[in-house]
Amino acid sequence: MDVKIKARIMDAKKIKRVFQRITTEIIERNRNLNQLVIVGIRTRGVHIARRIQKLIKNLEDEDVPLGILDATLYRDDFSDLNKQHIIKKTEIGFDISDKDILLVDDVIFTGRTIRAAMDSLFDLGRPRSIQLLVFIDRGHRELPIQADYTGKFLPTSRRENVKVRLKELDNIDEVLITEPIEIQ
Amino acid sequence: MPFFHKHLLGIQDLSKKDILTILETAESMEGISTRDVKKVPVLRGKTIINLFLEPSTRTSSSFELAAKRLSADIINFNRQASSVLKGESLRDTVENLEAMYADAIIIRHTAAGAPHYVSTFCRSHIINAGDGAHEHPTQALLDAYTIKQKKKKFEGLKVVIVGDILHSRVARSNILCLHKLGTHIILSGPPALVPESLEKFKVEVNYDMDRAVEDADVIMMLRIQKERQQKNSYPSIREYRFLYSLTEKKLKKAKKKVIIMHPGPVNKGVELTSDLASSDRSVILKQVENGVSVRMAVLYLLLGGKEREATD
Repeated sequence: MDVKIKARIMDAKKIKRVFQRITTEIIERNRNLNQLVIVGIRTRGVHIARRIQKLIKNLEDEDVPLGILDATLYRDDFSDLNKQHIIKKTEIGFDISDKDILLVDDVIFTGRTIRAAMDSLFDLGRPRSIQLLVFIDRGHRELPIQADYTGKFLPTSRRENVKVRLKELDNIDEVLITEPIEIQ
Repeated sequence: MPFFHKHLLGIQDLSKKDILTILETAESMEGISTRDVKKVPVLRGKTIINLFLEPSTRTSSSFELAAKRLSADIINFNRQASSVLKGESLRDTVENLEAMYADAIIIRHTAAGAPHYVSTFCRSHIINAGDGAHEHPTQALLDAYTIKQKKKKFEGLKVVIVGDILHSRVARSNILCLHKLGTHIILSGPPALVPESLEKFKVEVNYDMDRAVEDADVIMMLRIQKERQQKNSYPSIREYRFLYSLTEKKLKKAKKKVIIMHPGPVNKGVELTSDLASSDRSVILKQVENGVSVRMAVLYLLLGGKEREATD
């Protein structure tokens, strides 16, 4: 399916500022940073999580552990997916029990990925709390899930798609709104 | 790399990409078996039937565990307590089981081709868990997985398979699988039990086991299948042991970091000594452990998600 780019919402400079602001919010809210662990949701959530981890280190000189989560096995919308999801490893090398988890994803849409991720975390242990960080909130929630830290609220239509591109994967930092091209 | 098969009937039908997708998925499944809560909900509500019409310890319980760790419901069909003993045919048995809404049927049968036959009239996903002397795909996949885990690669590896190649579905599936993955395969065993018609797979045959295992990275010992021998293909067990048993002395000719594999059950003292079977070069129990992850991967790839259209 071909897509066309409708708008370029953010560039590298803006993205950097957003991450800095969010990091400050996280530090402000979590006085016990040594209780905090970060869990990034594959794929782009992991890279955002790494950036936040680095920013916390720079600002507070605290090493916050980072884990990687693949929530595919916990999804409820399996039978609606046309595309098969290849499962990647979940790599959380620490005990999450009694920790404050900062769950990180790039875009929140229906909320179903986050629901799956939380179920997945509860099978790994009993965290003290879970906070949610999303870079882009594009609306259209189907579940009562809201983020604690939001990079940008970006109202979209359901037809549209939000693409977060990151240097680590795509060689560029930017946020785009795309739309499928109608085939006449 | 999506996986577009409805059934897993044999390695023959899989491409190299398919095999690598299964191995990669298995790697991701591994963590589930070692954590406290050994279950994920991905196949919740699916019904799987373990239809084993030939005895099995490892494969049947491995499939059962794999299904349970993915939250599927699994029924173990017990031949001894079934109407198969009253003469019910395979087709009738399967159709009746399917009438109870099975999503997948895992079949082991003494007849080669039984799973293929069943797949021609069945709506469910069919998984071959060993059919006669034909194929045993999940065994080959877990063997490949174990080799990858220990050796980190396939290309350029020297894999020696020793024993009753002719009657072994494990050997056949392994040869097909390792051939696709690009390893160098050498077969050894009594001449009557090593077919020569495997040349198209570029396998080498060497009846002299001492020579065959030279510089081997992997030595795969096969079980002497007493139940499938029609007449004596070798003079005696004693002579077989003398020529084709893996000993410390033969092992010295292989690479230093060689691994010893065996699909089980081991006839200890025949194919290899007890000492070697439990030595640090043996990965026999690792194979069993990996079997669960690989079967979870197969069940997930076949049953997870609906029939996929080729979009995106």
